Amino acid sequence: MMSIEGFFDIALIIALVALATGQILSMVRLVIGPTTGDRILALDTMVINALGLIIVLGIHQGVKVYFEVALLVAMLGFVSTVALARFLLRGDIIE
Amino acid sequence: MTLSMLATLGAALSLLIGSGFVIVGVIGLLKFNDPMTRLHAPTKVGTLGIGMLLLASILNAMAAGDPSMHELLIMAFLFVTAPVSANFIAKVSIHKRTCEAPPKPLKDGTWSTLDAPKDE
Repeated sequence: MMSIEGFFDIALIIALVALATGQILSMVRLVIGPTTGDRILALDTMVINALGLIIVLGIHQGVKVYFEVALLVAMLGFVSTVALARFLLRGDIIE
Repeated sequence: MTLSMLATLGAALSLLIGSGFVIVGVIGLLKFNDPMTRLHAPTKVGTLGIGMLLLASILNAMAAGDPSMHELLIMAFLFVTAPVSANFIAKVSIHKRTCEAPPKPLKDGTWSTLDAPKDE
């Protein structure tokens, strides 16, 4: 019977592998397109996957500072997605 | 089984559920064949996947005897901003006419995002 700590370590590795695979697959979607909306969506998904990687790394190392990094990355990802979409919609970001 | 072991078990299960949602959402982003259907898959990554990872982080800090609620802030921010960015990407798809056009509105002639000058 596996100990709970061993199960937790295996779950951490599975989560890291899933997030890294997600980064690679959304990068494939970023490259093959075909529309601009798909590329923006793939970039947004990559930012969210990077956020998950930071969170899982914070759990693994037990460092609290990673959560502030995650919050900053979440804000930057939202602002960049909205800026890209607004640029395509209006031809300008701040009118 | 003590409370700390239970919290660790919950954190491990949350990690597994969260990574399952992440992988399903990204496969959906890659496999679907229409911009609007592709839009619906990664929203699960943003809300349920990352939400479960943050829940695992809360439970793990609780198991370590140092409970913190910072993660709820990230969760609240993500839950508020994910629909806004999805709405903007959907508006880009409608504006670029890469999806099926929505039905005409009742009062005006067309949607404002489709009402662009033709020379653009």
